[in-house]
Amino acid sequence: MNRRELITVGAGGLLLGGCDRLNANPQFRRILQSAEPLHDASQRLVAPGLAREYRRDQMSPVFRTNGVSRPGSAEYQAQAATNFVNWRLRVDGLVARPLMLSLSDLGKFPQRAQITRHDCVEGWSAIGKWQGPVLGDVLKAAGLRTQARYIVFHCADDSNGVPYYESIDMYDAFHPQTILALLMNDRRLPMGHGAPVRLRVERQLGYKHAKFVMRIEARERIDNLFGGKGGYWEDVSGYQWYAGI
Amino acid sequence: MSKLDDHLQLENAPQVGDLVRRHRASTRLWHWLNVVTLAVMMMSGLMIFNAHPRLYWGQYGANADPAWLEIGSTANTGFVAVGPLKVETTGVLGHWNDADGQLQRRAFPYWITIPSRYNLADARLWHLAFAWVLGISLLAYMIASLWNRHFKRDLTIRRDEIRPSHLWADIKDHARLRFPTGPAALRYNILQKLAYASVLFVMLPLIIFTGLAMSPAMDSGWAWLLDIFGGRQSARSLHFIAMVALIGFFFVHIAMVVLAGPFNELRSMTSGWYRLPGKRTQPASELGEIAP
Repeated sequence: MNRRELITVGAGGLLLGGCDRLNANPQFRRILQSAEPLHDASQRLVAPGLAREYRRDQMSPVFRTNGVSRPGSAEYQAQAATNFVNWRLRVDGLVARPLMLSLSDLGKFPQRAQITRHDCVEGWSAIGKWQGPVLGDVLKAAGLRTQARYIVFHCADDSNGVPYYESIDMYDAFHPQTILALLMNDRRLPMGHGAPVRLRVERQLGYKHAKFVMRIEARERIDNLFGGKGGYWEDVSGYQWYAGI
Repeated sequence: MSKLDDHLQLENAPQVGDLVRRHRASTRLWHWLNVVTLAVMMMSGLMIFNAHPRLYWGQYGANADPAWLEIGSTANTGFVAVGPLKVETTGVLGHWNDADGQLQRRAFPYWITIPSRYNLADARLWHLAFAWVLGISLLAYMIASLWNRHFKRDLTIRRDEIRPSHLWADIKDHARLRFPTGPAALRYNILQKLAYASVLFVMLPLIIFTGLAMSPAMDSGWAWLLDIFGGRQSARSLHFIAMVALIGFFFVHIAMVVLAGPFNELRSMTSGWYRLPGKRTQPASELGEIAP
């Protein structure tokens, strides 16, 4: 190695080592993390409104599955084997009237159908059609108590024993396009896409769209639940809770 | 001799060898802030790309859809595929050894990503925080440069400059490394104007707005982002292309600084002081020497 190579490699190493050290520095990370509430507030300020809805001929020919495609629990498998006829969606927490809703109960709410784009945090997008009751209607039926600030979705899938869950605030919970999808592309939701019910929260990235929703819980706080960050990926990998960008 | 030259003569124009003020404080500050910001944006962006190393055109695009660009690997090689063209890149892209000597099959290697070890969440943390710095500093610089007339005085392209004969003459001067001397060196020539204007008014806005177009929340309120770029996946592709174009600019920019006299050029971008260059018998070298 000649002197020039040594300097180049040395400078590169310093720069990289510096970035990795900063990346591990809690104070520096807090500065970087302070951008997240800024994204949330600024995006809702300048860009409120509905996610784009696409035409039928703009749909992805193949809508790939992602994450867990087959929850392992015996209970879920038993429900799936009987087409979820005895399955009930629990709606509880800070509500006046806890509910146990069957698939046909969910089908009695006014249904919303939307052809929207699913954006994965990794970068890919797929366009599909989703249909189901508007989450806001279901929450109104349960009667949210005034202290409720977050809606938590408890899911049937887990990874290495850590259960999947997600949470959204009331802005997204009562957004007209936030639905509990029962149908995808005009068919019963396939298992890989979250049967029997998947959350669609169209203004955020894919990991917020909880699959295999078993229970919906209204809460005042999410920092005292599981890892405290409001979602599986938020707890496990440090993805941002606000996933509008 | 142009009117401007006459004007400069009348006003006791600075002579060859004089130390003169060249760059304003706003330009110097923004320039060095950009060195940091754009390096962080590029390196963290390459890590984000590593999460899905395929690019598409249109509204949607995922593994089953045709990609126009892909960085991947076979059993023993790494490759970059652009359309039907496939180039082997073993050791650098798609198939490389990390700092511990372990084989990795990610697209971009550890020495050019932030963080150096695969971590999409942390790369997003850096990228999306520094995006604010990039956007706000560009906006502030644009306002300052309108205010202090930097754009009007230094970057406005005159009709006579854009004539093909003038352009061709400037291209020949650049190719022969014949740089302007005396007071003329204080003004941007047409190729410089075109390069800086395209970075300021085309590449940086393009990279910012295509970045915003990848945000599902922004696409709701600003649906026009999807229309002007032709969809989220097209925006992602254009974002990548703008990054490559900026890197191309950096290489040319740094090469020109080195050829024009790195000491004088770096001093003028740091302290603002610039020594007016005279005739050069050997390009570049002599300008590096005289400290003030």
